[in-house]
Amino acid sequence: MISKKEKDVRVKKEVNKIQITPRRRFLTNVAQGAGLGVMGGLLWAGYAQKAKGSVLTLRPPAALAEDDFLRTCIKCGLCAEACLHRESNIDKETSKPRPATLKMAKAQDDTMIGTPFFVPTEVPCYMCEDIPCVPVCPTGALDETLVTNKQSGELDFSMMDMGIAVVDSNSCIAFWGIQCDACYRACPLLDEAIKLEYGRNERTGKHAFLKPVIEMDICTGCGLCEKACVTEKPAIFVQPRELALGKPGDHYVKGWDKKDQKRVASQTGKDMTTHAKRSEEKAADYLNQEISYE
Amino acid sequence: MSNYKYLILRRMTQLSLLLLYFGANAFGWSILSGTISSSSILGTLPLSDPFAVLQMLAAGAALSFDVLLGAVIIALIYGVIGGRAFCSWVCPVNMVTDAANWLRRKLYIDKIERKVWVSRNLRYYMIVIALIVSFITGMAAFEIISPITILNRGVIFGFGAGAGLLIAIFIFDLFVLKNGWCGHICPLGGVHSIIGKYSLFRVKHDSESCTLCMKCKDICPEVQVLHMIGKRSESVLMQECTNCGRCVDVCDDDSLGFTIRNYIKNNQEVTNENVN
Repeated sequence: MISKKEKDVRVKKEVNKIQITPRRRFLTNVAQGAGLGVMGGLLWAGYAQKAKGSVLTLRPPAALAEDDFLRTCIKCGLCAEACLHRESNIDKETSKPRPATLKMAKAQDDTMIGTPFFVPTEVPCYMCEDIPCVPVCPTGALDETLVTNKQSGELDFSMMDMGIAVVDSNSCIAFWGIQCDACYRACPLLDEAIKLEYGRNERTGKHAFLKPVIEMDICTGCGLCEKACVTEKPAIFVQPRELALGKPGDHYVKGWDKKDQKRVASQTGKDMTTHAKRSEEKAADYLNQEISYE
Repeated sequence: MSNYKYLILRRMTQLSLLLLYFGANAFGWSILSGTISSSSILGTLPLSDPFAVLQMLAAGAALSFDVLLGAVIIALIYGVIGGRAFCSWVCPVNMVTDAANWLRRKLYIDKIERKVWVSRNLRYYMIVIALIVSFITGMAAFEIISPITILNRGVIFGFGAGAGLLIAIFIFDLFVLKNGWCGHICPLGGVHSIIGKYSLFRVKHDSESCTLCMKCKDICPEVQVLHMIGKRSESVLMQECTNCGRCVDVCDDDSLGFTIRNYIKNNQEVTNENVN
């Protein structure tokens, strides 16, 4: 016979035993699957953000803005192949083909794997007149319309916009007063994208400065100047425009320039005045007020 | 020699496609240029990876007509001949994982190792996750980690550090999980399973002549599709079959062979499938 006490214990054990119902099993499985999925997705998304790589990457001509380019490029390499096999790609000295400007990013490169880019110090863009790399793009990541002259409907290499050359006037020997116009001569848009600014060398009193100055609206960022630069590390180098250029914003308008007024035409009608706490009153009011600075 | 007929044909297809891609870059051939993500035949006809295009659409890319047409062409080709023919006849990673599998058999790893169970449906979840991550990050998520394109681009433009991923997959398939990458994880394989679900070319089993030697089940990379072996005479209809033809190769009894799926007299097969 089992005593009453023992019976109570048994009943209690029976109650404490967890029942794994089909519903509990199903919910646990679902939670487990969802958990694994979310964990994997987070790791993946985190890696993807890193995989975007550096903003310093120079893209082929007519590339979309970097974010749009990254989502639109299918990494097929047709542009790089067109670049390598362009008819103009023969070294005049050796009469052999030159290496391609466009490289396809490998895992170790500081940009998204499989996307085309170029490094001007290795191989600059030679700015082919027929721009062979752009029309072959199947996705539109290289947008032909960006290098098509609207009037003539033909490809126009002067409309390329890969980046912009920047001069480090501290290391550029032309700024020291030494005569060097290597970048000026190398520029495919000679005397348009790089101009020489003449100046008097006060130090010697009898020499001239011939300083290279970039015309920002014209420079395409091909990098031939960077390649040609004679200093140990180029004193003129190409950077993506988003990185190298500032932006004055819509508040600052060249009132004497009709083109610049068009730039902010979309802003007309909007309130362009700065509103601060102080501007709620009239100027005369707060100028006559006593202000205590504590 | 007849034991390797389809294997040799497959390797020749895979290698000659790689050669064409390589030659397009190295020598300027135009027969097949580009990469496996998107190619161009004779510089005119576009071919694109439908999964890459899906991811790019999820990422919010405004795509041009060419690449969309290319994806439709590829989907149609594999949708008709398919049954994951891409995986075993075109994809270069197939050679890596097949090598791992071969070494597994030679070293009797299957007989010794501790079994790890991973659902073969993982690849379909990978598709969903890839599309979600593409949507969130604004870039084609699988394309930045895909060993398929890394190997393909590596052959064409030179390998980089990405080769490490291929070695990792080889080791994973060799020591961690049998058919781990191609048979469980690869979302592109999942996409091609779905695309080729109703494709025409199928392996057909004849259970009358089968001697139950099970060589086919030993060699099959998607062994679950051979559920009818020795039981019923029917076609291999599960979408995960890669049409690699290895089961046909190794069968000594002529119990397996490629046939064209008969949709008209298919009712019996469908009911058989439902029974399973």
